[in-house]
Amino acid sequence: MKKVMNAGLGLLMAAAIAAPTQAEDVKIGMITTLSGGGAHLGVDARDGFMLAIEQAGRDDVEVLIQDDAQKPDVAKSLADEFVQRENVDIMTGIIWSNLAMAVIPSVVRQGTFYLSVNAGPSDLAGRLCHENYFNVAWQNNSLHEAMGEYMSTEGFENAFILAPNYPAGTDALEGFKARYTGELANEVYTQLGQTDYAAEIAQIRASGADSVFYFLPGGMGIAFMKQYAGSGVDIPVYGPAFSFDEIIIGAIGDAAIGVRNTSQWAYDLDNAANQTFVSSFREKHGRTPTLYASQGYDTARLILAALEVAHPDDKDAFREALRAADFDSVRGDFRFGTNHHPIQDIYVREIVASGDGVTNQLVGVAVEDMQDVYVDQCSM
Amino acid sequence: MTLSLLFEQLLNGLQLGTMLFLMASGLTLVFGVMGLINLAHGSFYMTGAFVTAWVTGTTGNFWVGLLAGTLAAAAVGALVEFAVIRRLYHRDHLDQVLATFALILIFSEGTRWLYGSSPLWLNVPGSLAGSVTLPFGVEYPLYRLAIIGMGILIAIGLYLLISRTRLGMRIRAGENDREMIGALGVDISTLYTLVFALGAGLAGLAGATIGALQSVQVGMGEPVLILAFVVIVIGGIGSIKGALVGALLVGVVDTLGRVLLPDVFKLFMGASAASGVGAAIASMLIYILMAIILIFKPNGLFAVKH
Repeated sequence: MKKVMNAGLGLLMAAAIAAPTQAEDVKIGMITTLSGGGAHLGVDARDGFMLAIEQAGRDDVEVLIQDDAQKPDVAKSLADEFVQRENVDIMTGIIWSNLAMAVIPSVVRQGTFYLSVNAGPSDLAGRLCHENYFNVAWQNNSLHEAMGEYMSTEGFENAFILAPNYPAGTDALEGFKARYTGELANEVYTQLGQTDYAAEIAQIRASGADSVFYFLPGGMGIAFMKQYAGSGVDIPVYGPAFSFDEIIIGAIGDAAIGVRNTSQWAYDLDNAANQTFVSSFREKHGRTPTLYASQGYDTARLILAALEVAHPDDKDAFREALRAADFDSVRGDFRFGTNHHPIQDIYVREIVASGDGVTNQLVGVAVEDMQDVYVDQCSM
Repeated sequence: MTLSLLFEQLLNGLQLGTMLFLMASGLTLVFGVMGLINLAHGSFYMTGAFVTAWVTGTTGNFWVGLLAGTLAAAAVGALVEFAVIRRLYHRDHLDQVLATFALILIFSEGTRWLYGSSPLWLNVPGSLAGSVTLPFGVEYPLYRLAIIGMGILIAIGLYLLISRTRLGMRIRAGENDREMIGALGVDISTLYTLVFALGAGLAGLAGATIGALQSVQVGMGEPVLILAFVVIVIGGIGSIKGALVGALLVGVVDTLGRVLLPDVFKLFMGASAASGVGAAIASMLIYILMAIILIFKPNGLFAVKH
């Protein structure tokens, strides 16, 4: 009996060792936020990514998905598992910049490719840039910079600006200030994950500002805008698309109508890739995709395009293929700068009533061919 | 910083404090009477909010939703006490922490399974929307004012319940000597279930009222739970009066710290550095407060004598 067991075990082990040697398969590890207040960002990024993979119909691409619960330590240990035990070729999925900073530098140093679907902290675009790291979304500052420029041209001169105190929050306010020409009524950092904004709204009321710019992604944005609408303060608000994605404005409701926000993508952008994406996403999931879904979709399509050229085992060839970015992005023109961050148009959208809810409508271009300001600090 | 802004921020602190009191009073009662550390208290907060959002969505009436949410949280509390918590009273605190932490995971996953991971939609009722003008020319949201009023009423109600009623007498007796009250013929297990359901109901009420202001989402209870633990440690574990004072203290210190500290730092550093540093220190402030209080009063402000 024991002999049989041993033989069985031996067979199992042989099978386990043999499995990874089927060299043609590509393993992608996705760590993203699927639970907690920030869950809808990760869920949309995942759904967009998986939609593109399914449409490609390739059965040699395996995607492993894990939930980081928006916790840096969880993300770090999942990344170690993916790199060391699963031997993934490519990693992707992280939404939050504080998690990105905990995970990405060590992953790319170990030779694994990382393609960011969302987080684009300034350090990774500048002094910590790496040849194996690509950002398919944006550098964190971009949408905020564009809004700074837009609000300046709209004639606002005394803005109250607000963001959570974490890498993407400081990037947001720095980005806004880079192109905004007016005065600041106040600059306030809140806690990440904060849900009560009574104190900040009272400060806005007392500040005498002519406009409010805020970056509050996920549940934070819902809480802020609902409380703002109920407070009786009527200073107009602006922000990046992260504060006004389809899920957030759905939860805010009519109070969001008229708010303008900047985005690198809109679901009503007129190009063939986007129309295919939006209609197939709606058909599969029964909701309008957010920008996070578009980023997930683009990331997967970039990977698939590069896989047509080379396998990730051939690192140099695969890297060159990624760099070429030879795919039809749903946001229109798309190319990489020397620091592997996008150069792309940033659009302005306005929230309008639609059916029994509200939705974002494309208004125009805020900044054309925007590139991040950290590219010069990157020695690649 | 004008006087009216300060007054408004004090009200905000008070409002946060009354909410924390609803959470902390249940937590401290359960610890005081049963000697149980209940990490799953935040799950009742979440239950209250979700049921309120759901019932309000179906019936279109916030008040029906609020009642349903509170009762559902109390009922879930009673059920959990009967099914799980009951087996933990004689175990040590580590076992209780482990088991109630497991409950958090079960509740969170269960809620996600039922409602999905997107935040739910719950609005302030029409009759309490908008804001009112208070002395000092402060415009204040009516709903937040109503929360403060409700918190005060519940604090008075709890005080009367505990000092004037037979149930309150048993609760106090249970706090003082658990074995003796059983020996005197009080049905201890019913008392425990009642106290637990009361605490869960208060947490559910807090979750439901706050859910209308913020967003109703999985995991919304845990940040509040941490604050509630700070409150009961400051107030003295097991003391309702301590929970009230601790909650108001934490609410006011947290709110004013967030507003005033960045201004203080602006006196000697650049504006954006000051807001960053100020915000970082403000988020630690209540823990610093807790540490200072514990140095002078190791058992909290109103320590319960055992």
